[in-house]
Order: sequence, then C-alpha cells, then structure tokens
Amino acid sequence: MSYVYYPGCSLKSTGRAYDESLLAVCRQLDLLLPPIEDWNCCGATAYMAISELKAFALCARNFALAEKQMETGAASVDIVAPCAACYLGLNKAAHYLDDYPALRQKVTAALDAASLQYNQRVRIRHPLDLFIHDIGKEKIAAQVRRPLSGMRVACYYGCQIVRPYADFDDQQDPTSMDAIMAALGAEVVDWPLKTRCCGGALTGTVPDVGQRLSHLLLNEAQRRHCDLVVTACPLCQLNLECYQAQLNRRFDTTLHIAVAYFTQAMGVAMGVADRDLGLARLFVPWPSVRTLAPAPGPAMEGGAHVQG
Amino acid sequence: MFRDDYVPDDRPKVGVYVCHCGINIAAKVDVAQVVTFAATLPFVSVARQYKFMCSDPGQELIQNDFRAGLIDRVVVASCSPLMHEGTFRIALAGAQGNPFLFQMANIREQVSWVTEDKASATAKAQALIAAAVQRVALHTPLRRQKVAVHPDVLIVGGGIAGIHAALTLAEAGKKVYLVEREPTIGGHMAKFDKTFPTLDCSACILTPKMSAVKAHPNITLWTYAEVAGVAGFVGNFKVSIRKKPRYVKEELCVGCLDCIEACVFKKGKRRDEFNEGMSLRKPVYVPFPQATPLTAVIDPQSCLFLKTGKCKQPCLEACQRGAIDFNQQEEIRTIEVGTVIIATGYTAFDPSGLHKYGYGRYAHVYTSLEVERLLNAAGPTGGEVLLKDGRKPGVVGIIHCVGSRDAHANRYCSKVCCMYSLKLAHLIKERSGAEIYNFYIDMRTPGKGYEEFYDRLLAERVHFIRGRAAEISDWPLHPEERGKLVIRAEDTLIGTIRRIPVDMAVLSVGLTPARDADTIRRLFNINTGSDGWFLERHPKLAPVSTATEGIFLAGACQGPKDIPESVAQAGAAAAEAVSLIDKGFVELEPNTVYLDEARCSGCKTCTELCPFKAIGFDENKKTATINPALCKGCGTCSAACPSGALVQNLFTNEQIVREIGGILAYV
Repeated sequence: MSYVYYPGCSLKSTGRAYDESLLAVCRQLDLLLPPIEDWNCCGATAYMAISELKAFALCARNFALAEKQMETGAASVDIVAPCAACYLGLNKAAHYLDDYPALRQKVTAALDAASLQYNQRVRIRHPLDLFIHDIGKEKIAAQVRRPLSGMRVACYYGCQIVRPYADFDDQQDPTSMDAIMAALGAEVVDWPLKTRCCGGALTGTVPDVGQRLSHLLLNEAQRRHCDLVVTACPLCQLNLECYQAQLNRRFDTTLHIAVAYFTQAMGVAMGVADRDLGLARLFVPWPSVRTLAPAPGPAMEGGAHVQG
Repeated sequence: MFRDDYVPDDRPKVGVYVCHCGINIAAKVDVAQVVTFAATLPFVSVARQYKFMCSDPGQELIQNDFRAGLIDRVVVASCSPLMHEGTFRIALAGAQGNPFLFQMANIREQVSWVTEDKASATAKAQALIAAAVQRVALHTPLRRQKVAVHPDVLIVGGGIAGIHAALTLAEAGKKVYLVEREPTIGGHMAKFDKTFPTLDCSACILTPKMSAVKAHPNITLWTYAEVAGVAGFVGNFKVSIRKKPRYVKEELCVGCLDCIEACVFKKGKRRDEFNEGMSLRKPVYVPFPQATPLTAVIDPQSCLFLKTGKCKQPCLEACQRGAIDFNQQEEIRTIEVGTVIIATGYTAFDPSGLHKYGYGRYAHVYTSLEVERLLNAAGPTGGEVLLKDGRKPGVVGIIHCVGSRDAHANRYCSKVCCMYSLKLAHLIKERSGAEIYNFYIDMRTPGKGYEEFYDRLLAERVHFIRGRAAEISDWPLHPEERGKLVIRAEDTLIGTIRRIPVDMAVLSVGLTPARDADTIRRLFNINTGSDGWFLERHPKLAPVSTATEGIFLAGACQGPKDIPESVAQAGAAAAEAVSLIDKGFVELEPNTVYLDEARCSGCKTCTELCPFKAIGFDENKKTATINPALCKGCGTCSAACPSGALVQNLFTNEQIVREIGGILAYV
C-alpha cells in the first residue's frame, strides 16, 4: 500500500492540531505519510463554484504529483486527505476525471503545460477509512495506554465525508468514528445529529443562520451529557468550538463543551504527549477526569431549547 | 431407447412455413423473399407463408401438405419454441405424423424484435431457416414415455395458503401430507387480530379451517417438521421429512397446560416467538390457545433438563396422561407423492438495519407485526394498545414502505402494507383514542372494498402525510417534543418539512422471501427471481406452476400477497395438482440420452456427472445404464463421454453439426 499525505490549507492554519495529532497517531501506528511534494490548494468549494474546470485542474495537479511519488511497481497511490472539504473536492475531481473523457482531455492539456501527467491511478482516502479498514480497530485498541473510560463522546461526522461518495461508511448512518472511539474505551453517545449541518461557511457569511445550526448540535450534546464532541473536519471543529461564548449570549445557554479532532482523542488514549497532539490549541480544554459530566439520570432533561 | 428402427429416407421432404405473426415478423423480415429462398434449399419440397401459422388455417396448411404426401417433416419459422412448439407438434401428430419430425426457427424473438435493419433481419431469418432445414432432415421419429402419477400430494407450509390447498385437495378425495416447520399451523394469519377491509376477526375465520385440517381423514399433518430431501420427478417424488422431537407425545397430549403450570420456571424465560418477542414463554409451551395440534412443545434450548440433565422434572409428574417423553428423537419419514405444493410464505422485513428509524434503539418504535400482537386479545397486553412502560399512547405515527420501494432495502412494493397500515390505524384509534399520523409515499388500495376502507379512515380523521419519513429520533428541537419520538418527513403535498412528535412509532414493514427460501429452492430444484421470491413458470399464464413439473406455488412464497390472493392461488395450485393426478400419467419429453453399448468403455465418467442420478452402472456388462424417466436431457453426460457412447435424442452430434453448417452457409 502506497500512501501520500495531502494536508490542505486548513491543516496548516486553523486546523494545525488536526495535522499534528494525525501525524503523531500515524507514527504510533507505524504508518508513513509522506506529504505530496509541492502540493497546492484543492480548490475547495469556492473555486468549484466559480470555475469547475480550474478546480478540477488544481486537483489534477495534486494527483499528478502524487503519482510521481508512487512506489515503483504499485498499481495506485492513496492520497490521504483529512480535511472534509479537501476529501470531498479531491474525490469529486477523481470521479469526474474517471467518468468524463471530455473533461479529462482539457485537464490533460492544462497539466501538459506544466509538464505533468495524470494516469488515473490515485485513490482518495480519509483517515477514518484508513484507520478502520487498513489498520483495523483491534490494532488501534492494542495501542491504547490510557483508555478514555468514563468519557461520554459524541462523534460528529458533518456533511461532507460520506456524502455523496459513501466509499467507506454508511451514507445515512456512518459509524467508523464511533467504532474508533469505542476501541479507545470511550462511551459513545447515541447522537442522532451526527451528520447534521454545523453551519459550514455560513458562520462567517450569515452568522445568524450558521450560529443557530451550531447551537442546535452543541445544545443537544450537552443535553446528552457529553464530555467531548469529536470531529473529522477543521471547519466543523472551528464552528463548534470557537463560538460557544457568543452562542451562550445569544441563546442564553451555558455551553462549555470540548470539541476536538478524533485524532487528538486517539493520541490521548495512546499515551502520546499533549504537545504532540496540539491539545494546548483547544479553546475549551480537554476534559480531565475531574470535569467529566455526571452520569445521566433516567430522564435526560436540561438545557434550554431554541425554536428551529 | 426411444428410437424406433427408422431408416431416414434418402430424400427427406421438408415443408417450410414462414409466419408473418401479423406485423410482428413481417414488418422487419421480407417474408416473400424468405419463402423464395427457402424453396431453393436442399430437401425442401414445399415453402409457404401465412399471416398466423398458429391459427387453425395455418396448422391446416401443414396437415394438408403432410396428408398429400408432399412433405414428411416440418420447419415452422415463427416465434420462440416456448410459445408454439407444442402447438405445431400436436398439429403434426393430428395428421398422423411423428411430432418430433419438426423444428422451429425463431425469427421473432431472435430476429424481428431485436433487429433494426430490414435487410439484415431478412438475411438472419434465412440463415436460421437453413439451419433448421439441415437439422430436421436428420430427425428421427421419437415417442414420449408415459409414467403414472402417484395420487398423493405434499404441501410444504401450514399458513393460510397451505391450509386452503390441503382442504381443497382432501375434499376432492386426495391424500395430503401437510408439513409445517413450526409447532402449530396457522402461519402469520394466526397472529393477526382483524383482517382488512372487512375487519373480520382473523382467528374466527382461520381456526375452523385449522381444526378441519386436523380432523380431515385425508390429511396427514406433521408440525414441527421440515423437508430434508427430495428425489424423483413429476408423478413420482420421494420426499424425506425430518420430524423434530417435541418431547411430548402428540397422540397422548390433550393440551391441558398442566405441564406448563408445573414447570420449575415460574415465569417465562425465553422470547415468545408467537408474540414477536413482546412476552416471555416457558421452556414448555403451547404457542397460542387455538394452536393446531393443541400439543405442548419443549424447547431444548431453554429446558433445564434437556440443557443440563438436572431438573426435578415436575412436568413429568403433572402430566396425568404420561405424554412427556424426554427420550424422543428426531425422526425421518419417507413418503411418496406425485405432486408438491410449496406454500412457505414470507418473513417480515427486519428494520433494525435501517438506522434512521431507530428500531431496537428506541423502546417505542414497533414493527407492524408487533402491533398486530398488541391488538390481539390473546397477545401480551390482552388487546390493549399499551407502550412498554404501560402508558397509553396519545399520538401514534405509522410509517409506510419500511423495507419496500427503497433502494437501500427492497425495490419492490410489498403490496399489503398500505391496507394493513389503514387497519392498524383504525384499530389503534378505536382501542386507545390516539391521534394517528400515516406517512406514506403513495396510497395503494386496489382491491374489493379497499379504496372504500381508505375513505372510511379519512372520515375517521386519521392524518395522512404524503412523504417517506426521513427519520425517527429522540432529539427535541422544540420544547413540546421533549420525551417524545420525533418523526421527520417532507410533506410533499404542501412542500415543507414536518416534525411530528409521537409516543409510539409503527414501522409498516414489508414482506421478504422466507428466511430459508434458498434451502427450499435447492431441495425442490425450483427457481427464484432477483428479489428472492419463487419464480412461477409464466407470470401471466402459469402463475402457480414452476419450471419443475409437478411442483406448484401457493401464497406469498411467490411474491407479496394478501389473504384473499393467497387463498385464490392455493385453490389454483390444488386444481393444478388434481388435474395431474386425475389424468393419471405424465408424458416425459424424449430428448433424453441413450447408450450405444458397443461403444461404452465403462469408464464411469458420466455416472458422477449426472445431476439427476439417472445413470447407473451394470457390473456384469461393465457399461453405464440410463434411467430415461430420471434423465432431464441436460446433455452433460453426452458432452463428457470420451467414446461418444452417450447420444442425446434431438441433439446428436450430426444434428448439431448440420445445424451449425446450415447457419454458416448463409451468413
């Protein structure tokens, strides 16, 4: 198996903790993730909306570079893209380039200008996919040094990881993160909002709507006595973690809930040093044993409700 | 063995008859040109065309030419032999010809219906006719073997379909073996409280028929029994039945329930299958008060004595008739029957795989079958609609099409769910006064009195929301949703998303093929369609027959069906069986294999290969032996025989080579 790593811009800026913790966990699991040399922007949603062709060409450049790094003799190379937007954008580009020869022709011409070639030999993989299918939860469980026992965790997948390309998990009810958290010893909370929208870019552009969407998620997490929400997307993490004070003011609530990357949770359980996991970058600190929420009583009530 | 001593004429006289099939063939194939071509072929003495060869005048064309001595064998170029091979063979026989001096060229399904270009269609039709002429010139007269039909019938499955078929046959004086896997007959119908649209009490109309089965002198009823093996062929099946030990002697037990009372377990211990797991039963039990036979069963998985060997066995003492017998063993009975009716029914769709509906996660999400039991007076709540926490629901949501019309589960419509959902809505409202919301994609109510029943429910102010429910969750977005289950759906009639908080959600689960349908399929050598339902021989004209002669289908094992349809089909299957039995014999197709003993080296390659066990071995002569009654004409052995000693009637090497030659000469 030949892997290359595509961090994307988020993991080098707001999502640095994701980058740090992912690489630390992979080191722990003896998984080599060499970055694509000279990688460029995936085009994200913004580029795709303005010029599809340019967006596909941007992705294809990354693919061409990845193929150059492919091990000799390998049939294909797996691009590991942790950011949900990169994962979706690259995945979409790979699908479109496979399915539409006319598009492929144009993109090939564009790559040609940069003396690059793309031979349709890449696969786009999400770290969740890698951990569940290539590593396996047994091997992960075997690495656990400090189980997350007693910690009530809500797994938040967001919208982009399994939709529309449900390559590795169920579209309607993804469970890969749940399985990893269970392997770490955490108590996985039944969480019907696991794929509901966090507000996405609206938090920046139409904060009224974006904040309401984040608040619904966090409020329900608190109502279910969760100690931690884990995510696999830098934008989800940002939306859910950074605005809690504003949300409390606006909705008159008392939210204070840690929102971390699932890779940070893995690192903590595997006994990786905090500084290698970017734990200090969290605004709401990692829940210590002392701050764990009391176990829920028979009637799960509490938390104010907002009008949807 | 079927070959008469027939020396082919030096000059066979072949008649070629090309059919227009209205415009089905004539619109694409230039029939006149084909006939002119056919007349030039070797051996052909007559070539004609007709608008509909299958019509009486068409058949008479053949008969007249034959009687006039113009022809001695026939090629009809028309449709698939599946349609009319029989028709023309009978026509030939009617003119005192041998029906096997005949060959069909399929120029409809294989030519006119699938070819765009007229010239290539005509050329292809010519090539196929040339092939048929070459082949038929080598045909020899064959005759069919008659085999007697055993008059007894086996019915597999004791639901309403099996029961009805059994009674129909028994009344006609036929001896019937009815084999049921469960400890009682009755099937799904016995679990229902009422039936739609008349709201008849299900038990009241079913149990008299169950008792009649038990009492009928012509019916041998074996419950708690399964088919273990099937051998033979139409008219002469040998079937072995495995009777599981119930540890209670059926002939002694009167169903007094004293043993159940006496059992060391004072309370239920195991999931009660009959109540869909909503109550617990003891290791010794009678499934329900009208069980037939009314005989206790001891479940070896939970009986303390059978599991551990250590128990005071108070049941032994309690049974005054000494019916309990812990030494009972599994028994295999072998029976001979001429025909079989498969009535193995369905298994309700298991919704636990559809995460979005939370079945198994939320206590108050029920399947429709569970609600049938709640509504039944003999069910776990005595017919009251009570939730697992004892509350009466104030609002109930019924979700249609769970596991049906769904790319994530089954694509087909389960046909009965709209109607039973209406029935459940009516009964729940009647018993509990709850507000009821139905979430439906389309209301499908074709049937006598069905649409009227729907109208009645509308008048009863049951709510209908048109849209597949997206999810059930316990996530309260609004304060009034707290403590409720929330059903979210797009109401496609008003174009908005709705959230309906309910106390109870009912999943109207679809019908799926019985969980062991594949075992039955293999045992009886029948087919299933892509959905897993048993395949009928023809969807319109042979709906209760299977591709295997003598084996018929009744009820939902063939596809989703309601009670009236199942009963109708059971009657039809019984009639088909009677038709065969009263005819008294079947004729076997002569396309079987025969052995050229002089060439057989006795290598036994064929004996292992034959899937029908039709080939034996004569140790004296050291040659293979063929049982033509068992041979199905599959051709496996004759293809494999290294010395060419096995020859198949209608498929000799010469016939096949000449047929290929005929095609290749004209393409």
